[in-house]
Amino acid sequence: MNDFWNMGGYALYVWGSYGACLAVLAWNLASPALARRALLKRLKAQQP
Amino acid sequence: MKLIPHWLHRLSSPPVAYGVAGACQPWLGLASVVLLGYGFLGGLILAPADYQQGDGYRIIFVHVPAAALSILLIWAMAFAGVIALVWRIKLAEVFVICAAPVGASLTTLTLVTGMLWGKPMWGAYWSWHDARLVSELVLLFMYWGVIALNQAIADPRAAARACSLLAIVGAINAVIVKYSVAWWNTLHQGPTLKLGGSSIDSAMLWPLLAAMAGLACFSGLVIAQRLRNELLWRERGNPWARDAIA
Repeated sequence: MNDFWNMGGYALYVWGSYGACLAVLAWNLASPALARRALLKRLKAQQP
Repeated sequence: MKLIPHWLHRLSSPPVAYGVAGACQPWLGLASVVLLGYGFLGGLILAPADYQQGDGYRIIFVHVPAAALSILLIWAMAFAGVIALVWRIKLAEVFVICAAPVGASLTTLTLVTGMLWGKPMWGAYWSWHDARLVSELVLLFMYWGVIALNQAIADPRAAARACSLLAIVGAINAVIVKYSVAWWNTLHQGPTLKLGGSSIDSAMLWPLLAAMAGLACFSGLVIAQRLRNELLWRERGNPWARDAIA
């Protein structure tokens, strides 16, 4: 198991890459979801 | 003669596109989870270490899919851009706007993972003398340009047309990104995937192809969400939009 996390000495680079990927995926999910919440709130407030 | 088939014309109407984008989301989400899950776990666990780069090469399962999508998305934006400029189809205009932030994020991911790969293998995070690296950075500026231009022009439809034009310029740059490793002598290695003869073992190939397909589905998913938001905002005065938020 330690070998797996160590990645043959490339741990920083390999896990750094997958971490960056996770961050980009999370941002892509969160950004439009938060925008939708704000948008619906705003549009509902404008409705007569 | 009808240039655009009837069903395609119907699909491009904002209320229909809003509904179709929403209906596609669960399926795109499911496909993303399955394909990205297999791609990343396969890449980290199932695939063997590389004979030269050891475990360091496992960055490929993030880097190559992100790079492929960074190129494909600007091409898709340029395609939509041509439709927006010639036929003034609203959906095409909205697509150009909505794909840009997704493309920018994946281009950033490509550059970051490329640097993390370059440091241990080449001894440097970055080189200004490599055509692949510099043209990918220019691609990021193109995406940023589309985002900035859209925010700078007050009339949304005029902004979308300006962005379409920039997307077409960006697509030409993406051709340079793709063929830079063939045209110039670059530090960056040549293509890993080729039609009819990839230079990679099948234990590495399948997870890589799955991760690429998964990231494509994921891009579709988040662009669909952005499309729905943008359509709702632009059509907020119309009855269908009022019904959708009710």
